Amino acid sequence: MERGGRFHTKSAELLAQVTWEVAGLPDPEEERKRQAAEFAALAAQYHPHPPLARNLIFAFLVGGSICAIGQLFIALFQSLGMTDVQASARASITLLALGSLLTGLGVYDEIGRVGGAGAAIPITGFANSIVSPAMEYRTEGLVFGFAARLFSIAGPVVTFGILAAMASALIRFLVTG
Amino acid sequence: MTLAWGEAAVSVVWAFLIGGTICLIGQVLIDVFRIPPAHVMVLLVVAGAVLAGLGLYEPFIRVAGAGATVPLSNFGYVLTRGVLDALRREGWFGLLTGVFEIAGGALAAAVVFGFIAALVFRPRG
Repeated sequence: MERGGRFHTKSAELLAQVTWEVAGLPDPEEERKRQAAEFAALAAQYHPHPPLARNLIFAFLVGGSICAIGQLFIALFQSLGMTDVQASARASITLLALGSLLTGLGVYDEIGRVGGAGAAIPITGFANSIVSPAMEYRTEGLVFGFAARLFSIAGPVVTFGILAAMASALIRFLVTG
Repeated sequence: MTLAWGEAAVSVVWAFLIGGTICLIGQVLIDVFRIPPAHVMVLLVVAGAVLAGLGLYEPFIRVAGAGATVPLSNFGYVLTRGVLDALRREGWFGLLTGVFEIAGGALAAAVVFGFIAALVFRPRG
């Protein structure tokens, strides 16, 4: 709603305010703000409070456990004679496979429900973010379903990862060579 | 042999503690600062890239092991490492060619696993 047109907007507003006061009615603008605040307070009461401490503890435990399993795989591959870098790369691929399998079986969704960020942040969560839409949109066809949706969640991670990596590496290269 | 097993056990504990702490920070960002999970994942990858550029991620891996290489921040690190290596080896063109040098394996694996899962499994519900 445009009050007062292009000119005299300020004085028109002032006049409106005075008019409401003279009429003994609350200023509709003030009234609207008061109601909004009242609604926000009421809504906050009914807003579900996530059990914060519980969420944080489970994120720590689930995420920590997945990393510990990763370290077990690294130790296993090292004992087979691989270098640290090789072992850690193989461990990452193994976790990707495990995350994909558990997603396929519907188990990773349960882990995610309990673990939250503890399930999303490890590389198994990356696998989940790719396999999950791949399965879900399979019925919409191989091209527009499966292939187009494959990176619908992981895409932003890859995109910003690439941009940040190029900027970061370039600055490092220019500064220290 | 016993020494090697002892070392492995210590590294598993470190991986658990540090990896768990990264996930805890992620959960704080989601629950306390109300940042959507997808944004937290992007933030983490960017953080990994920045730390890699500062030369801090490698010492972090030496301490934390899988606690540093399993969380998504490692993806930012391997992307940056690939670009930096390629820049040093072949100059400016490496800025483009280096990105997937190390990270490519994980991306290829994710695509293959996603394809297999889409063929084999049916979503629930």
